[in-house]
Amino acid sequence: MRRQPLPAWADVILIPIINIALALLVAGAVIALIGENPFKAFSVMFQGAFGYAEGVGYTLYYATNFIFTGLAVAVAFHAMLFNIGGEGQAYIGGLGVALVLLAFDGMLPFWALLPLAIIAAMLFGAAWAAIPAYLQAYRGSHIVITTIMFNFIASNLMVYLLVNIFIVPGSMSPESRVFDSVAWLPSAHDFLARFGIDVAASPLNLSFIIALIAGVLVWLFIWHTRWGYAIRTVGFSEPAAEYAGINTKKIIMLTMLISGALAGMAGINEIMGVQHKLLLDFVAGYGFTGIAVALMGRNHPLGIVLASILFGALYQGGADLTFEMPNISREMVTAIQGFIILFSGALTYMSRPWLERLFGLFARTEATEEVPHGR
Amino acid sequence: MAPNDITSSDSTLAIDLRNISKSFGTVQANKHVNLKVETGTIHGIVGENGAGKSTLMSILYGFYEADEGEIHIFGKRTPIRNSSDAIGAGIGMVHQHFMLVENFTVLENVMLGAESGAMLARSITDAAAELDRLEHEFGLSVDKDALISDLPVGQLQRVEILKALYRGARILILDEPTGVLTPQETDQLFAILRSLREQGTTVIIITHKLREIMALTDHVSVMRQGEIVASRTTSETSREELAELMVGRKVRMTIDKAPAQPGDPLLRVENLSVHDHYGVARLDHVSLEVCAGEIVGIAGVSGNGQSELLDVLSGILPPGEGEVLINDHTVTPAHHTDPEQVRSYSVAHVPEDRLRRGLVREFMAAESAILGYQNASEYNGIFLTKPSAIINHSRHLMEAFDVRPTHPSLKSANFSGGNQQKLILAREMDPNPKVLLVGQPTRGVDIGAIEFIHKQIVAMRDEGSAVLLVSGELDELMSLADRIIVMFEGRIVGEVAAAEADEKMLGLMMANAHTPEPTLSTEEVPA
Amino acid sequence: MDVSMYTEIISALSATMRVSTPLILAAMAGIFSERSGIVDISLEGKLLAGAFISAAVAAVTGSAWLGLGAAIVATMLLSLLHGFASITHNGNQVVSGVAINIIVSGMTVVLGIAWFHQSGQTPSLPNTARFMPLHLPGSETIGNIPILGDIYTKILGGHNLLVYVAFLSVALTWWVLFKTRFGLRLRAVGENPNAVDTAGISVAWLRYRAVLIAGILTGIGGTYISIAQNASFIREMSAGQGYIALAAMIFGKWKPVPAMFASLMFGFLDALSIRLQGVEIAGIGQIPVQAIQALPYILTVAILASFAGRAVAPKADGVPYVKER
Repeated sequence: MRRQPLPAWADVILIPIINIALALLVAGAVIALIGENPFKAFSVMFQGAFGYAEGVGYTLYYATNFIFTGLAVAVAFHAMLFNIGGEGQAYIGGLGVALVLLAFDGMLPFWALLPLAIIAAMLFGAAWAAIPAYLQAYRGSHIVITTIMFNFIASNLMVYLLVNIFIVPGSMSPESRVFDSVAWLPSAHDFLARFGIDVAASPLNLSFIIALIAGVLVWLFIWHTRWGYAIRTVGFSEPAAEYAGINTKKIIMLTMLISGALAGMAGINEIMGVQHKLLLDFVAGYGFTGIAVALMGRNHPLGIVLASILFGALYQGGADLTFEMPNISREMVTAIQGFIILFSGALTYMSRPWLERLFGLFARTEATEEVPHGR
Repeated sequence: MAPNDITSSDSTLAIDLRNISKSFGTVQANKHVNLKVETGTIHGIVGENGAGKSTLMSILYGFYEADEGEIHIFGKRTPIRNSSDAIGAGIGMVHQHFMLVENFTVLENVMLGAESGAMLARSITDAAAELDRLEHEFGLSVDKDALISDLPVGQLQRVEILKALYRGARILILDEPTGVLTPQETDQLFAILRSLREQGTTVIIITHKLREIMALTDHVSVMRQGEIVASRTTSETSREELAELMVGRKVRMTIDKAPAQPGDPLLRVENLSVHDHYGVARLDHVSLEVCAGEIVGIAGVSGNGQSELLDVLSGILPPGEGEVLINDHTVTPAHHTDPEQVRSYSVAHVPEDRLRRGLVREFMAAESAILGYQNASEYNGIFLTKPSAIINHSRHLMEAFDVRPTHPSLKSANFSGGNQQKLILAREMDPNPKVLLVGQPTRGVDIGAIEFIHKQIVAMRDEGSAVLLVSGELDELMSLADRIIVMFEGRIVGEVAAAEADEKMLGLMMANAHTPEPTLSTEEVPA
Repeated sequence: MDVSMYTEIISALSATMRVSTPLILAAMAGIFSERSGIVDISLEGKLLAGAFISAAVAAVTGSAWLGLGAAIVATMLLSLLHGFASITHNGNQVVSGVAINIIVSGMTVVLGIAWFHQSGQTPSLPNTARFMPLHLPGSETIGNIPILGDIYTKILGGHNLLVYVAFLSVALTWWVLFKTRFGLRLRAVGENPNAVDTAGISVAWLRYRAVLIAGILTGIGGTYISIAQNASFIREMSAGQGYIALAAMIFGKWKPVPAMFASLMFGFLDALSIRLQGVEIAGIGQIPVQAIQALPYILTVAILASFAGRAVAPKADGVPYVKER
């Protein structure tokens, strides 16, 4: 059968949709395997994510984190670097935010705290990416392994800091004190209430807008600056970068610092926007989800925002799912993420030959230039 | 089947390809190809790059499967679905890029896939004995226990031939076997191939060098755009006729150019040495000079320091010792520089490796058209690039150098080799550089584009640029350059005026067997 | 010599053997896979999957051997999945590996909760459903010889079967790689798949066999973690050992014996660090427990960063084999 090269829209839209569908199909099979009804499960998830205002708020709140971590992974991917350290970078980014807010929440007004906190989130996230980046650039150490190791190290470091330093004296739970409310990011429901719009309370806050702005900035940076040009050149062809006088080592550093800074921004949403204190494990896998988001969004900010909303829905829907169907645990969402990474990252073009045949079939019935054989 | 079967009348055909077609996506690489090769002959296949020669032979060797058609070997229909089918049918192939495992010994490479049993120990003894026999029979000597990575290219080719013979090949296909050899090594190879023919082996050789076809083959088939357009008995045809058949029109084989009018030296290299990270000298006290208005060619078997020379001159590699003077700027080990700065000295560089270095395949043409100039103020504001300036520049380059299609937003990979190369030349020549470094300007480029590219290089010279040209094609060097410098193991081993150079003299110098002063002896000419 | 110092050393070396076992098995798995040209980040996920399945099956059937068998089947299936993505579909091998790790991380908990309702753990196993320490022959007589006796009974002996399997796997890996036809072809396909293909050997089938062997070895490694070293599965119990094994493999330059020594070194440092817990060190004071827990990870980074971390991988490692046009 004759194959037809795929039109651009099929490549950009149809194939990702097929890959998600495949991932959900497998997830459905798993749900069936543990004796639950997958259709019911998915409908509970969909209801939980989009069915009511609070759910939508939660979906977008989760999406905020994924936009940051997804952009982080995507920026690194453009230089052919696989940053699996978003988890640790976000964690340490949150530490930076907390340090600034704990130090200054009694002194500075909100408009001064916000930029300071953002700078701290980015600096701390970047710093946590800096050592793996340096080792990759100058020592050739496998960045996938080093960034993962840094996730483990970050996790131990944070336990130590919270248990020994940030803990409120006399308290049993390893958490910092709550920031003064001047240091809280305005939440969506409070903000909308000022205009007389009444929505249900949810953790959704100003960070969502900051995340969208970050998406636009990343888009401009990658495709419309000479630095982005250099990053993409390094990613596609190191010999070409060398020829063009682009210093690959410096570009690896630059890319990873930006990547780490973006991951660190997840700390703004979690620490400044929602938790209002430093605590254990607030990153909760968002860094890993960033990998799935970036792969699904084809490393493009627009794709990443859409993929983030989908994953936000999965997280939020997954929470409702566990509530309604206790036999299905929250980790189902982790597994679904894994399936999505598998299908959209490693088996990306599995469906392409089939689609090409399908399109070839249609092309033949429409076009006349083909010599028909058979049928 | 014994070799003496060739005398029987009906099975005189070693290979009979019938109606072979093959497509890759929308590109049809072979269209209804019919090819007959007589047993015990040397058969040449010529054609331009992309004419489908390699695809056809890869089908015969089972590397690809044909979409349609039949393959008959020694008069018997033989389906070939993979390389082991081909090997079983008595076919061996020496690929253009050697298929050897670099950290294995010669012996291990030869026995790979043809081991005597599940344990290696017996395979090793068997293979060693068989190699001794082959060495005896065909005079193909090579150190069995040497690592592939330690052997020179000429030896590697012998290993490839031995691999084929070890598997009992009675048909041997060679794909562009002489590209990496000196003329003398080529002669040796041809002597081996002739002796194989004497013993009844059928040889098919793919090449784009017509001189070799005329010197070696009994029959020749010409391919153009995926089809065989003619088959000739070699003694009844001529280079001119073959060239015309290859291109489909009359071809001029020479370049018109006025004598050079050299001016001041613009590029001077003094005592330049570079060592790789194993401490091996890649450039060994090289000194040379290129003046305004002349083309200096660098000849040499690839891997003898030409690439490193281009890399140092263009700023990619720092010099180890010595110094480079470019337009009054000095580059020394203490004060070395990067490619961007070298460009600012009015140096342009057309790199040897077009696809990996010269452009970025995934970039749209307009982005590839600013590679190396990406930080120039024309294309950049304070933070953001100026997309329209980049597109306009690209369109200007494409129009000036006749790059087709004139489509700045098309992906670089989607242009033909010739058009990619024209785009790179346009990019590098557009700033009117005083020094132009050119590596392999016409490798993998069709004949029409070659003519154009040669004219442009000569035009640069006539406008007063100093041109340094590295090429693996001696014909190209002899017709384009004004002076030719020969490199061997990182050293300059000779220099001749292009007008006085001939292929044999250059070949001996490339093998470091000869300096131009003494008179030539004829003993090297093979029987 | 100080008697307590002596017993400390003996017990640290004994612990080294136990801690190194999964690292050695996973490192050998990595060698098979990467020598064939397939990067295997999913060693981690396969260890975890093996740990879960063996513990689950042993809990249900009461048989350690059935647990082991089921774990091997499960990890071979994961290997097939990795092969399907990276061999058949030329997918990004690192991405495929990461996907498998995340899938396993989620699925072990999902299935654990669905099957056993113990928040992701499997039921605690009786000794009859575990691999228990063996006594080497002649322990009674040799054990009485000073020093040598302790080495024989406590360091070399007194471990469960899978510890010895791990060391056996090193010898076997060496023999297969360097003494058999399969090994020759395997090493060739990781360096230059074109050479293998044109020699008439299937690149894909060779690589599939390599990743399947990696599956078997990680299955044994995972089984060891949950039903030999421990008595049940706990979520995320592989705790990065797959990645550390990768580092050991790199440190060992993709060679079985050096990779084994690298694994032993990691194991020894780990065993030593556990002994530092709560110990006062002059001038520093007590080392925080978190620092000790982070030590294996810090060491991994340090070793990758050291000169040895720049060892040259098999040339075709991580590169999908696509016939070029």
